[in-house]
Formats: sequence, structure tokens, C-alpha cells
Amino acid sequence: MAQTDDPIEHLVGLLAKLPGLGRRSARRAVLRMLMRPGETMLPLAEALRRAAEAVRPCRVCGNLDAEDPCHVCRDPRRDRSLICVVEGVADLWALERAHAHRGLYHVLGGTLSALGGVGPEDLAVQPLLARVAEGGVEEVILALPATVDGATTAHYLTDRLRPLGVRVTRLAQGVPIGGALDVLDEGTLAAALQARRAV
Amino acid sequence: MPPAPSLRLTRLRLRDFRSWAALTARFGAGIVVVTGENGAGKTNLLEAISLLGPGRGLRGARAAELARQGDGEGPLPWAAAGRFEGPWGGFDIGTGTPEGGPLARRAFRLDGLPLRGQADLAERVAAVWLTPQMDRLFQDAASDRRRFLDRLVWALEPHHAREVAAYDHAMAQRNRLLAGERREGARADPAWLAALEEAMARHGVAAAAARRGLVARLNAALARGITGAFPAARLELACAVSAALGAAPALAVEEGLRAEWAASRGRDAAAGATLAGPHRADLGFVHLPRELPAALCSTGEQKALLVAVVLAHAALIAEARGFAPLLLLDEVAAHLDAPRREALFAALAALPAQSFLTGTDAALFAPLRGVAEGFRAGGGQLVPDADLPVP
Repeated sequence: MAQTDDPIEHLVGLLAKLPGLGRRSARRAVLRMLMRPGETMLPLAEALRRAAEAVRPCRVCGNLDAEDPCHVCRDPRRDRSLICVVEGVADLWALERAHAHRGLYHVLGGTLSALGGVGPEDLAVQPLLARVAEGGVEEVILALPATVDGATTAHYLTDRLRPLGVRVTRLAQGVPIGGALDVLDEGTLAAALQARRAV
Repeated sequence: MPPAPSLRLTRLRLRDFRSWAALTARFGAGIVVVTGENGAGKTNLLEAISLLGPGRGLRGARAAELARQGDGEGPLPWAAAGRFEGPWGGFDIGTGTPEGGPLARRAFRLDGLPLRGQADLAERVAAVWLTPQMDRLFQDAASDRRRFLDRLVWALEPHHAREVAAYDHAMAQRNRLLAGERREGARADPAWLAALEEAMARHGVAAAAARRGLVARLNAALARGITGAFPAARLELACAVSAALGAAPALAVEEGLRAEWAASRGRDAAAGATLAGPHRADLGFVHLPRELPAALCSTGEQKALLVAVVLAHAALIAEARGFAPLLLLDEVAAHLDAPRREALFAALAALPAQSFLTGTDAALFAPLRGVAEGFRAGGGQLVPDADLPVP
């Protein structure tokens, strides 16, 4: 894209690079902000600057936070014997929104992919093994995507974690809550049937 | 077992589809014969019918290839629509370029309303076909026969395609890791390889079991005489994994595969490929009356083998879906001798399925007088054949 001196076009161009925003919606957002620059643009600019300066990956789990270690790792009410491994920060945030996990996290930073050139050394595997080796961890929950690469990564981690004597579990696969059976794909349905349990 | 109710295509409308500028044809019989010279658009007609079901049709074509080339105006938006009478009454299926959409896309309509996916289509329309391109199956590589078998499985078990794709994906990753080992001399991470081999074992055994199951069901259908007077065939799946599934539970087979792959990493790295596994499966065909493998059969006998398999597959689909699929047989009659041709016609007449046959030589279809309805294709037109009136 050609460099432009026009501040509006420059801003639209920058916003349009963000995920979920195209040029059209970026232009709409810019127009809305320009109506009241003092109330929206300057606070936004300030917030962007502060976040850019303050937010860092947590040195323990890889979460993004203004504190390091992050607020999850520092929370004394969290169960430190439980670590949930996720592919990325977005998954960590999704689990936090669900309020379902009371332990700590570990952000892997991707999944293994020989074709994509992502090996174990490109992921936070060693830090995970080190955390577990330190002791105090009883269970590692693998909350990785249900894809071939996700399953391969889960199997790889299980293999590496097993010698450390920690319990390794993975998320269940099956019927979504509020979901009808007849719209499920056959693979999920078969997995749900296989993982059935007594009531 | 009572015969499955049939699915009947009663009207076909085409617009700018391949060689057909415009066509409206009405079909009134259980067997429809279309004759005409080479290039008259007979196969295009069958392809249009095959596209009224899920998938890419009998040529496996992309949507953009289906458009007719206008005079100097390039490819035109195309449409194919069928009126069906099924076990649950009549319905209309339409497919073609979406309104105002790109030629590379294909939209579906059911009774005039847009259909989002092809899954709903699969519940209503099914078609099986035999084309002259499939004659090469016996000379082609094992991978082509494996794909042929996988398509047959997929028609009955839609998630089979995903198992095969997942297996191929994991194997490609393993091959890449082993190739890096060979190139850079560094040992690939054994835990990573083990994880990939675990994925390969899980998906590979699922795929092999589905193939094995389908071959057994096809053979059972053929053995109980589904093809009538038409010479039957037997399929032989040449696959160590499928064979192992006959002797041991799936989990034990998975474990054996993992051990085999773990032990052969060095060999596979040197070869640059995974040398053993369900991806090496081949499908053999045996001409039953003479217990002759396909490779030793004549061209006509090979054709007869394929016809038998397609008839048996149609019977399995009828069992599974509750209605007999459409049978599209392109240029089949010409390769068969008179007794086999008449046996085929008798088998088709006995099936609940509606079948569409094409050929260049109208005389070959004379025995179908009183049974089939004939059309002649040529000059962009489809006209009733006076020699084969509606029975």
C-alpha cells in the first residue's frame, strides 16, 4: 500500500490491518471517532500507548498482562497443582470467560507442524516441562484444538510429561450444550458416543 | 428385503451448461437411453444429472468449468435443475452459478429455497455412475483404485473422507520430519515422530476398517446375486492393515502399526516416504464366472466387472438411504457382447433404480424397446427417439 500523507487514510489503513476489520468498517470507525476526537480518539491513543508500554507476556505462563507474572499466576486463590495448556492467549481468555478453570495456565504459542516449520523448540514446551519438574503440579490439562496437529501436539506433550509423574488429561469431545444431535458432524457424534458415561 | 422405493428424475432443465445452451427434457421411464454422435452432449447430460446430488459430479469438475462458452462473450452463468419424484413425493433441485455471483461458485436450491450445504442434498438425491474414464482403473496406479474405493466408502460414510485426509496430513508431517533428518543429519525428535505415528495409526485404522467393511458388504451383495444374470465380481482388498483387522481388535492393530513405523524410521527416511501403511492399499477385481483377476480379463470383461461393482454399490446405497440412487452409465453398452448387454438390460429393469444410458449406436438398445424411453442428442437438441417410445 502506498504511503499517504493524509492522516485519515493513514489511520484507516492501520485499522484495516486488524483482524475482523476491513477497510469499510475501519473507515466507519474512523469517521465516528473524528466526530468527537476529544472524547474518543485521544483517550484511545492514550490507552493504546499505555497498553503497548505496559503489557508483556507473563514469564511463567505466557499470558498477556500489565503485570509480570500475570494476575492469574499471582492470584493466591488459584489451585497451583493444576495447569491448563492452551494453544494461544485467545484460548486462555476464552477459558477465563467461562470461569471453569480454577488452576493456572500455560500458553504453548502454537501447535506442532512439520509442514508449517513449527517444532517443539518453537513452542513453550521446555518452560512447561520445567514448571512441572519444579514440583507441586499434580495434573496437566491439555486444552488443545481438536485438529490433527492439535492431537499430535497433545500426544507429544503427554509423552514428554509422563516421565515427570504428573497426571495428564485432555478436554472431552462431544455434544455442545444446547446443541441438537442431528446437526452434529459424524466425527463429533461418534466421539460423543464413545465417551458416553453412566448417569 | 422389499425393493427400495426409487428416485425418479422426471424433468431436467439446463441453461448454458457445457455444450447445452438451453434444454428442457421430460423423462417418463425407469430406463432412459440417450444416443447420438460423439460430441452431441450425451455425457454432459449425465454430468448435469450427477450434479443434482452432492459432490462434484461424474467428471469431478470445478464449478467454473461447467459454464458454456458464449459466442465471444466468454463463460456464461450456468444452471441445472431437476424435478424428482421420490419416496416422499415430488421436489425440485437446482444448482448453478449463484445469482450475480462468481462463476467459480456453485449454489443449490431445494424447491426454490437456497440450501446452505450439500448435506441436505445427500438425504434426497444420490447417483452412482460409470464412465469410460473409469476403464483405465485397471491399468492405473494403485492410488487411483484406492481413490475409487474411497469414493464408494464416502458415499455411505461421509466422515471417511476426513479420516483419510487426517491420515494423509499426519503422514506428510512424518515424511517431512524424516526428510529433515536425512538432509540435516540431525535426529528428528522421537517423541514428535511418535505423536505423528499415533495420529496416523488412529486415522489409518479407521480408514482401513471402513474400506474393509465396504468391500465385505459389496461382496456380500454380489454373492447374493444383486446383478441378476449379469456376471458378478468379487473385490479383493490388498492391504495389510485391513487384513490385520480380520484377526485382531482395532486397538491391537493400531499398536502394531505404531511399533512398525517406529522401527522403520531409518528405512523410511532413506526412502523419503512412509513405505508401509493403509495408504499402500490396492483394490483387486476378480471376474467371478472364470475366477479371473481383472488384469487378465478382456476389455469387455473389465467393463462388466465395473458394471457389477456399480450395481452392487447402488444396492448398498438403496439399503442405507431407503431409496435407490440414479444410475448413470456412460457408453457402457458398446463394450459388452450381446448376451452381457441383454443381461445388463435385464438387471437394470429389475432394479428399483432409474437408470440413464448413453451410446453412439442406437441399434444396440433395440432390446429395450417397450422397456426404455429413448432420446437422440444432436445439434444442441434432445428429441424423442421414435424407435424407443415411452413404454
